[in-house]
Amino acid sequence: MNTAMVEVNSLGVSFGSTRVLHDVSLRLEAGQTIGVVGESGSGKSTLAKVLVGIVAPDAGSVVVDAFDVRTLGHSQRAAFRYRRRVQMIPQDPFSSLSPRRTVGQTLAEALDPVWANVRRFEDRIAFWLERVGLPADAMNRYPHEFSGGQRQRVAIARSLILEPSVVIADEITSALDVSVQVQILEMIAEIKDELNVTMMFISHNLAVVQSVSDMVAVMYQGEIVEIGSVEQIYSDPQHWYTKRLLDADPGAPGFSLEWR
Amino acid sequence: MASLFTRPRAAARRRTASPLLYLGYGMLAVLVLTAIIAPIFLDHAATTLTSTANSGPTHAHPMGTDSLGRDMLARVLVATRETMLAAVFSTAIAAVLGIGLGIAAWLAARRVREVILRLIEFWVSYPTLLVAIIVAAILGRGLAPAVFAIGLANAGGFARLTANLAAGISTREFVVTARLMGVPSGRIATRHIVPNMAEPQLILIAQAFAGALVELSGLSFIGLGAQSPSFDWGALLNEGASKIYTNPILIVGPSIALVFASLAALFVGDGLAAAANPRTNLRRARMLHHSGTELAPLTPDTLLSVDHLTVRHDDSGRELVSDVSLSIRRGEVLGIVGESGSGKSVTASVVSKLLAEGLTATAARAELSGADLLGRVSGRELARRVAMVYQDPGTALNPALTLGNQLSDVLSRALGSTRRAARQNLLERFRDVLLTDPEGRMRQYPHQLSGGMKQRAMIASAMSTRAELLVADEPTTALDVTVQREVLTLIKRMNATMGTSVLFISHDLGVVRALCDRVLVMRDGRIVEAIDDVAHMTPEGVVHPYTRQLLEATPIVTMPGRDIEGAAR
Repeated sequence: MNTAMVEVNSLGVSFGSTRVLHDVSLRLEAGQTIGVVGESGSGKSTLAKVLVGIVAPDAGSVVVDAFDVRTLGHSQRAAFRYRRRVQMIPQDPFSSLSPRRTVGQTLAEALDPVWANVRRFEDRIAFWLERVGLPADAMNRYPHEFSGGQRQRVAIARSLILEPSVVIADEITSALDVSVQVQILEMIAEIKDELNVTMMFISHNLAVVQSVSDMVAVMYQGEIVEIGSVEQIYSDPQHWYTKRLLDADPGAPGFSLEWR
Repeated sequence: MASLFTRPRAAARRRTASPLLYLGYGMLAVLVLTAIIAPIFLDHAATTLTSTANSGPTHAHPMGTDSLGRDMLARVLVATRETMLAAVFSTAIAAVLGIGLGIAAWLAARRVREVILRLIEFWVSYPTLLVAIIVAAILGRGLAPAVFAIGLANAGGFARLTANLAAGISTREFVVTARLMGVPSGRIATRHIVPNMAEPQLILIAQAFAGALVELSGLSFIGLGAQSPSFDWGALLNEGASKIYTNPILIVGPSIALVFASLAALFVGDGLAAAANPRTNLRRARMLHHSGTELAPLTPDTLLSVDHLTVRHDDSGRELVSDVSLSIRRGEVLGIVGESGSGKSVTASVVSKLLAEGLTATAARAELSGADLLGRVSGRELARRVAMVYQDPGTALNPALTLGNQLSDVLSRALGSTRRAARQNLLERFRDVLLTDPEGRMRQYPHQLSGGMKQRAMIASAMSTRAELLVADEPTTALDVTVQREVLTLIKRMNATMGTSVLFISHDLGVVRALCDRVLVMRDGRIVEAIDDVAHMTPEGVVHPYTRQLLEATPIVTMPGRDIEGAAR
């Protein structure tokens, strides 16, 4: 059996007396994409924060890329290295890019946090901008010159330019128009196959998750209530909550607005 | 990707500057020129002792001469340089010290930060001039100590502004991301925090400069600032004041100069502040008739008819909505679908008479059950006819009032029902929308309810007025899918049981398909397609390529095993 890229065992997180995550376990092999669905407050964003290393686990173990996140606090160097291996693409493309920095400066900062010298990385920045479907000269422009979809492409380039082993996408299309969403999803699907990157795709939209994932985890009140392959979950859901979620999707066969 | 570099916010960023700002710039230019030129040509006249001492206004000395026979006009003009330089330096000291301290507070450990913040509060709680006088008294007489004292006194304001702005900016996502990338704190401050607070700081600098001019003159006036033989306006004023009964003309020159300079700085400061606030120069929204179009008479079952509606942005002249016509029959649910910038919400805002500032709407007709929406419609009449449900129920409700108070207020104010009847009505509607514990909910504040609950309460409120038309602008976009279904069900039910017509705005074709009788597809302010048979729309069945593109882009879950089951039902 392959070694896992992400291995989460009985993870628990509490904020004060509120239990946010409880007994969460999942395992991802390199190159796999897991979709995490659930409603607001289900704990899916907290799970992402644990993996990125912003929130410390209270119970259980989390090992990402052979690195135990519980040891993150022990050394600054290790934390720095870990955070470059695990990248998060933020949700809102309007607040995730500094309005006073050019796209090139933003990407250069990802490559070299201290000096952020654009000229030194010009070729690499140009390569990645083209990779996400933007012209290379976009590096000289400021975020306000781009539409939401284009900004999200920049944010994606910023996470991928480090060639991380794990990428976490937290609701990255929820602020975008549907026609732009399709383009972004297609681009993500293409790039992740080429890079063989392991991905966690968080969304409240079941249809979006279905189009990009190999596996799906359904979260409800801080627990994973159902986890399995996409085919399995969408064709034969076991848990009542999964069924309810599926039926609530306006495109689903079980959807109706009848008064019950 | 033909339009890759559209500039969606270019219009919003172009700000209209007020005439006062230009006046301020002009006055400032005069001051700067005087400061440069006057000492070159007039230094001799300003400092040479003559025999015509204590002269009143004469042809040779329009502002008189001082006790040593020096020309006052020349002295005032020459003093411009010293006064302006002193104000510039003290403002620079204040800005550098204050911004530095504010940033340091943000960078420091939590405890240290708290101490610094309390210190700043203490600092700004004393009047600037008082602090300046104390500091100058400690440092001794002279212009340099006065400059430093005023700089120090004004630094508190900069420190407070910087600390406040930094606290706001540091929670923004790009700062959080930079920190996760491993950017050192100092770099985050110089790269992300400081550049993003430029506008408010500039305004404060202009205001501090005006203040420094006056304060410096104040210090010189009481003898703490410029010492003879050097002189600034305050020192001249001091000399003049001692002879105010014998030769009053002496104080006129420095006074005019001071007023002129502080007005210049204030005009610039206020002008910059006004320009930075995009709402200051907006005119109220206007809704106008345009004639010349033949209109068919309305059929009796038409509730709303909007014909040839065009909405323009006043400043840029850009059309947000172009020649849109729509009508809703009684009991009908009309959907408008489009992406951001399509003009769907602007169209809805005309129907509910909530058009945003700075926009002008013209239409051949806009009638809602007999009332002309383009003319005057009283609030009471409007409330009887239209109810609204917004995208974000969190901001639509007043956080300081209980649900019962604010929602029954609409009923008693706009519809004239008694308070008791209004509450009773609302209570029943709360039951209709299946809010658990309706009596308890009446006493609750908005923050005690979840998003879905709040949206239910909004629908209950809409139902309570028995309005003929419900305008729902993306009412489920902020909600989870299961809650979305509940809210949609309520709207459908309100339509079915009360006969309320609905104008439903959405970007989601799936939602619209489930709820609406007819759909208009909008793009770039125009209706590109009207679909009458919503339930059976397919990418193949629609006419316009954009509609097809939208339909194909709408993500739909596929459930292999369950499709068959669904079809069999």
